Amino acid sequence: MDDDPALRPEREATVGSAGGRRRRGEQPMVPPAGFRSYYGLPVLNEPTWHDHDIAGYLFLGGLAGASSILAAAADLTGRPRLARAGKAGALCAVGGSLYALIHDLGRPSRFVNMLRVFKVTSPMSVGTWILSAYGPQAGLAAATAVTGLFPRLGRAASAGAGLTGAAVATYTAALISDTAVPLWHGGHREMPLLFAGSAMSAAGGLGMFAAPVAEAGPARNAALLGTAVEVAAAKAMERRLGPVVAEPLRQGKGRLARLGEGLSVAGALLGATAGRRSRAAAVVAGAALLAGSACTRFGIFHAGVASAGDPRYTVEPQRARLSAERRA
Amino acid sequence: MTADPATESGYADHPKRMGFFTDTSICIGCKACEVACKEWNAVPEDGLAFTGMSYDNTQSLSADTWRHVAFVEQPRPLGHQQHGFGDMDFRWLMASDVCKHCTHAACLDVCPTGSLFRTEFGTVVVQDDVCNGCGYCVPACPYGVIGKRESTGVAAKCTLCYDRLGVGQEPACAKSCPTDSIQFGELDELRERAARRLEQVRAAGVDSARLYGHDPDDGVGGTGAFFLLLDEPEVYGLPPDPVVTTRDLPSMWRQAGIAAAVLLAGIAVATWGSRT
Ligand code: SF4
Ligand code: SF4
Repeated sequence: MDDDPALRPEREATVGSAGGRRRRGEQPMVPPAGFRSYYGLPVLNEPTWHDHDIAGYLFLGGLAGASSILAAAADLTGRPRLARAGKAGALCAVGGSLYALIHDLGRPSRFVNMLRVFKVTSPMSVGTWILSAYGPQAGLAAATAVTGLFPRLGRAASAGAGLTGAAVATYTAALISDTAVPLWHGGHREMPLLFAGSAMSAAGGLGMFAAPVAEAGPARNAALLGTAVEVAAAKAMERRLGPVVAEPLRQGKGRLARLGEGLSVAGALLGATAGRRSRAAAVVAGAALLAGSACTRFGIFHAGVASAGDPRYTVEPQRARLSAERRA
Repeated sequence: MTADPATESGYADHPKRMGFFTDTSICIGCKACEVACKEWNAVPEDGLAFTGMSYDNTQSLSADTWRHVAFVEQPRPLGHQQHGFGDMDFRWLMASDVCKHCTHAACLDVCPTGSLFRTEFGTVVVQDDVCNGCGYCVPACPYGVIGKRESTGVAAKCTLCYDRLGVGQEPACAKSCPTDSIQFGELDELRERAARRLEQVRAAGVDSARLYGHDPDDGVGGTGAFFLLLDEPEVYGLPPDPVVTTRDLPSMWRQAGIAAAVLLAGIAVATWGSRT
């Protein structure tokens, strides 16, 4: 009786509306079975994060981290111009991501405030420490590469930025997954790989965009490999989320994720073919890859916000889980 | 699993865990709790709009609404009640919602500043002078309770009147509730009382009655504020089976570690495998 969808509290319900007209034996019109909510209001509170700040931060953090790795690898294999492009790009990206983070917080002192504790249960706290370890090394790597001063210090900083960069590019996946937002939490197993792949293809794109064709071989490969990882992780994530919870990825601004995938695939393929010979094609491919990675992050961000804003995505999976437990 | 959150948080010597039992079967929807909470805690006004949703003009919990009375209108009779209106079958469900002061509180777990802390009474409180407004706690709460206040830029939610508890007073909402729908006390005792009340209400023919948030084996380890409901939780805007978001965190960190390794290895392969 309690699960009778006819009992769903409707906005248009008025006092006594069930009296009078409905006669015994007459079946009322019922909405699709199974889902009830309180006037359709969301169960969760929507994230207060602004998309251009936090989705932008997710993209820039990935780009910075992976670019530092690519730059360190380029250093070690004697590709100075690819290395310089990666280091300069990483510094700009981490600068931009810090700006976005502080803009969302409102005041720079609030960033420092986060360093008063270290909590493994808070990916944001861990991330703040990771960024504090990474930022100065990325800065030093870029400064020494551009000026040519202190080459030994530069090599150390570049290696350090490469290693910590891997953490910068992936911790953000734990950051958004460690919430009650159905789409982000439901995708927590695949999200880090998706982010790693997307970061790798973005760094590859930056390398193709900024380094000469002769040195950009690693960038082209990274773009291909990164895109493959991203697409595979995205497919696996959608499968695990199931048709209901993955729905926001196919609607509204969530569709940016699909567009991002397309751009990455196109950019990676163009880079691996025409981009080997033509500088112009490499620039176009690089731009497509950067745009693709940004679109992926914005799409996942918006789809998550939409999944928090509709009670269906909270109630239906939890109901399904409960009835599965009851059956077991 | 009967974890005592105050002990787990390192209080050696602490008072009994305190909490709320909200018995919605006797709520009359007077909103005294909403008003008393706002008055005592100086919670700002949050919009005076006509929502068209029955008598609900506060809509949901937020930084500026720490108690929220839901009004559910349903075409069915309540127990054996007599209507006096022919065959009219109609019932109101009213329920005063509040922060659950979870045993495993996601908001507290994810807070990067330590602004949210566990009190000696086992409750969860935000310190607005420590909070940096990062907003992480907002999407982390599986009940949609905590919010970020626009005017101050920091998080706010029910404190279970921490200031009143310290001097042996009950919270303002419980104090003002004319029907004792909101009961404050030691959690163990409240749970016993709730079990007795459930039997009584069921015996009165309201077979849809059930407790919500009382079970220490649920996804958040049981809550410090629990409810007697007359229908499924989602009808009141509550999640049917909430889980503390940090329960899956070990797996998230593991996956992030694997992804970081994939990223390093992938770029290494891309670089050393390249001819140009
Ligand atoms: S209900 Fe939400 S805000 Fe309240 S203690 Fe639990 S997680 Fe925190
Ligand atoms: S908004 Fe404040 S209370 Fe919430 S997680 Fe951030 S610092 Fe902690």
